[in-house]
Amino acid sequence: MIVTNELCVNYGSEAALKNINISIPEHSTFAVIGPSGCGNTTLLYALAGLIKPTSGRVLVNGLIVDGIRKQTGVILQNHGLLPWKRVWQNVALGMKVRGYGKEEINQRVNDILQELDMTAHKDKFPAQLSGGQKQRVAIARTLVTQPDLMLLDEASSALDEITREHIQDLLLDIYKKRNITLVFITHSIEEAVFLGQRILIMGEGQIKHEVMNPWFGDENLRLKPEFYSMCTEIRKRLKEGD
Amino acid sequence: MKDKLGYRLVQGSLIVIAVWYLLHFAAGSGIIPSPHAAIAAFFRLLGEGIVLHMAVSFYRICMALLFSIIIGVPLGLWLGMSKKADAALSPAVYITYPIPKAALLPVFMILLGLGDKSKIVLIISVIVFQILIAARDGVKEITTDLLLSVRSLGLNKYQIYRHLILPAVLPKILSAIRISIGISISVLFFAETFATSYGIGYFIMNNWIMVNYVDMFAGILALSIMGILLFLGLDWLEQKLCPWVFLNHQ
Repeated sequence: MIVTNELCVNYGSEAALKNINISIPEHSTFAVIGPSGCGNTTLLYALAGLIKPTSGRVLVNGLIVDGIRKQTGVILQNHGLLPWKRVWQNVALGMKVRGYGKEEINQRVNDILQELDMTAHKDKFPAQLSGGQKQRVAIARTLVTQPDLMLLDEASSALDEITREHIQDLLLDIYKKRNITLVFITHSIEEAVFLGQRILIMGEGQIKHEVMNPWFGDENLRLKPEFYSMCTEIRKRLKEGD
Repeated sequence: MKDKLGYRLVQGSLIVIAVWYLLHFAAGSGIIPSPHAAIAAFFRLLGEGIVLHMAVSFYRICMALLFSIIIGVPLGLWLGMSKKADAALSPAVYITYPIPKAALLPVFMILLGLGDKSKIVLIISVIVFQILIAARDGVKEITTDLLLSVRSLGLNKYQIYRHLILPAVLPKILSAIRISIGISISVLFFAETFATSYGIGYFIMNNWIMVNYVDMFAGILALSIMGILLFLGLDWLEQKLCPWVFLNHQ
């Protein structure tokens, strides 16, 4: 369970987040959508423990987040892969710094690369990969540490439409197979509706609406009229938030 | 790769020799000897002690590069990582960087003696700035996204240096060293024209005074060969240490 209580973050005199109160149940997905500069990335950083709140607090499983949490996996914009490390080394990095043994690292990195269909690319540098492949590596790097919470900042924004849908399918599959909570920032209404069990609409550092998505979890949702009616609803809510 | 390098070296040498011949014929006097005369003199001098002069100069340059890296890299990383240190020390760096250090050679000679030390310190005083500034700017160019991404993996300060900062600045430091090699050879030549009887700078100037232009140009050739060896060594090191840099050039 992730809870924020009266969460405020200021950058100098500018308020990026104003009294955010959210509650995200365990093993659920939570989409955060809003215009650029609405504070959604700041919210993600605060949940990740990458920035300290000006006031209020973030709790994960009842414990206050006051720094990096080992069970939280974070994927930021541009994938965050180290250009000088090969795919295998990038994926193994999180385990290495956590002090896992060599054999366990080998086993888990190879398993996750196979699961994400990236074994053939394990010796490549990030610059040799397509955008979709880079995103898979970033996901693999996060999953290999077996997180209970995954935070994604515009995970598929830089990808073409087809690759974006593949990544969304992959994330839904990961969510279903693992006991994981997924919180993601997106600017895509379609992505929010396909992947978000609950959809938070933000504007000017505040929560404007929170919408339950009854159609969440259906792999074929994009082919159904309910998907488009849900997208229309979110679009209307976003307009109301302007 | 090796074939390409060999081809480029031959091509480059042919261009230099062609221009050299042009200048030789245009000058029409012994002041610019023909390339074949200088090359023949160089091979003759190999048996007459020019190797010792080359070795002494090579040692001075390598020591200067080594100490410049030892001083410049950690200092540059520190300035890049600490805003306070950067604000306090960068102005001092900018003030001392443009001072013509060659003018300080007499001071270094009085303080450090006439031997290798004063010459090495003079070269260090010139090239350490390039290396320091390259390291500092390299750190500053690391994107916030990458830094946060690495932090989110739980890396501690030492691990951030090991996995993020050092690899990020390494290509920039190697570029700075590449530029520094050229500069250090020029400074070395100047330093070796004073109070020494060893070094390729001394060899060139000595032959100039004795109006032996062929041997003087053989000395210049020796200096060029030394430069090429240093550049090739650095290229090899960069390919081993920074293979990701070459991906876009393949």
